Amino acid sequence: MTAIPNQAAAPRAAADAVSVRATRRGTELSMIGFAVGIMALAYAAVGLGLNGHVPSGIVIYVPGFAVLLLVAHMGVRTFAPHADPLMLPLAGVLNGLGIVMIYRLQESGVSGNPGFPISTLTSHAALYQLLYTGIGVAAFVVVLGLIREARVLQRYTYTLGAIGLVLLAIPAVLPDSMNGAYLGAKVWIILGGFSVQPGEFARIALAVFFAGYLVVKRDVLSLAGRRVLGIDLPRARDMGPVLVLWAASLLILVFESDIGTSALFFALFVSMLYIATQRTSWLLIGIGLFGVGAEIASLLFTHVAVRFTLWLHPFAPASLNISDQLARGLEGMAFGGILGTGLGQGQPFWTPLVQSDFIVTAFGEEIGLTGLMAMLLIFGLLVQRGLRAAMSVRDPFAKLLAGGLSFVLALQIFIIVGGVTQLIPVTGITTPFLSQGGSSLVSSWIVVALLMRVSDTARRPPPQPIQDEGMTQVVRAV
Amino acid sequence: MNQLTLDLIKLAFLAVLWLFVIAAVGVIRTDLFDQADSPRRQRRVARQLARQAEAPPPRQRPAAPPRASRRSRSAAHELLVTDGSLSGTVIPLADRQITIGRAADATLVLTDDYASTRHARLYPQNGEWIVEDLGSTNGTYLDREKVTAPTPVPVGVPIRIGKTVLELRR
Repeated sequence: MTAIPNQAAAPRAAADAVSVRATRRGTELSMIGFAVGIMALAYAAVGLGLNGHVPSGIVIYVPGFAVLLLVAHMGVRTFAPHADPLMLPLAGVLNGLGIVMIYRLQESGVSGNPGFPISTLTSHAALYQLLYTGIGVAAFVVVLGLIREARVLQRYTYTLGAIGLVLLAIPAVLPDSMNGAYLGAKVWIILGGFSVQPGEFARIALAVFFAGYLVVKRDVLSLAGRRVLGIDLPRARDMGPVLVLWAASLLILVFESDIGTSALFFALFVSMLYIATQRTSWLLIGIGLFGVGAEIASLLFTHVAVRFTLWLHPFAPASLNISDQLARGLEGMAFGGILGTGLGQGQPFWTPLVQSDFIVTAFGEEIGLTGLMAMLLIFGLLVQRGLRAAMSVRDPFAKLLAGGLSFVLALQIFIIVGGVTQLIPVTGITTPFLSQGGSSLVSSWIVVALLMRVSDTARRPPPQPIQDEGMTQVVRAV
Repeated sequence: MNQLTLDLIKLAFLAVLWLFVIAAVGVIRTDLFDQADSPRRQRRVARQLARQAEAPPPRQRPAAPPRASRRSRSAAHELLVTDGSLSGTVIPLADRQITIGRAADATLVLTDDYASTRHARLYPQNGEWIVEDLGSTNGTYLDREKVTAPTPVPVGVPIRIGKTVLELRR
């Protein structure tokens, strides 16, 4: 055997070439620049459309927004350098468009602009939205910094489950003056001039709880049971938790008049159960249970029945007497058509509560079907990146958590966009990143932080062995 | 501001919004073809490995690896899986023993056909970590030596169990 120099180094070099994967933070930064550019263009277009001038606020909103996204970007560079490069720009562009639309609505009817002021919107709502973005970005960086591995959350499975349920239940037991009953749904905690929607944060806590619970129980949930008519039915005793959560979601429906949160909460559990067990029977059982619950609720409670009437006949005179919100939203989108009226040139102020639940119709009116499709695609890409992280991460807890959070984001968009486009009954939930309000924005940023944490774990290159030789012994017959 | 200009701004905004979507899809596209588990990348790795296989096997290095012995003096903080299906897993080391095997109650549950149910364990003793084979079928190897009795594990020296390779890190 002759000595061949330098051959020993070859496998190591090859291994390095295989493992080196770009972190793509540069791509993220340039996409963030793109997102800020879109926000600036939209902001200028709103001013030009309203009164022919670029608003002076552009020196506050655009640099402020850019600085916030840069802070988030630096947080990612520091705490999650291998995370997905797209999630932050996608969330950022949606948040920016939301600020612009709230600015547009707040300016309507003010200082000679067309339209009339929206009574439910304060005169500095957009500035507050920018402030909430700041809190959201701070929460984003703190979550990335504190939670260095998704699996540390697994230790707090039951703690977070209890916190989530308490958060959901608080508004139901508060007096009506403190839970926002006069706004239609008792989902608020109002203290002084400050209000929080605890359900937005409960969602995240419950996603962690379900992930932790299902990681432990998924084997028994997926293996035990009988097969009936080609569907694997679980054992009766394994149905317990599902039935408990079903009951809890119905209680929210009854006591808080909040169909959206109730549907979201139950669907989160059923979808995570499906991801964990890979059994279609859970989906069918879940959909069946929810259908039965909704049907019973619509028979027993008038406010649920009213929603159905409004959905089926939005333009009937009887419906218009109850609420013309859906009808006005639909008219607005029809007015916008394919290309929209142009930012600042539509009349979204006609729709009640257009800044929160119905903000999608304002976009549909002013940037048209073309713009709304682009925004839905951006939401879709965000969900896709989340599911991608869930698929590529190895840790089953992180997998379930990312899958559940991505699914609930997708479902929330489906419920609200489906609601305002008359595909399903309108349920008052916020549109992530777009709607006016701090709770929704901050909780959405926390969701993105958790998804980026999981994707950082998934994309981190595998550590190299310190020693590379001796793994494979070449035995030669001499 | 005349209507034509406003319409042009409107169209420009829609165009830029869609450009953003297309740019995002472009990022996903380049990302997809750079993933470790994408078919294209796997083929590339396979080609590299094939090229190595064609080359004559490297001579064994004469001396024991110097870096490992230098590092072994300080205490280990984590156990790292460097190869096998669990590659990349990190287990923080506490004062408790770590059991390795296919049993569901093992600290590190292997899904490896060459591993036994209770294959081996690692436990701390006098500031050192000791590996002990628990009567496995295919044996446990520390570096290249088969572990027959409890043996201290220096930092950075590979422990091989079936297709899984572990090592201690500070």
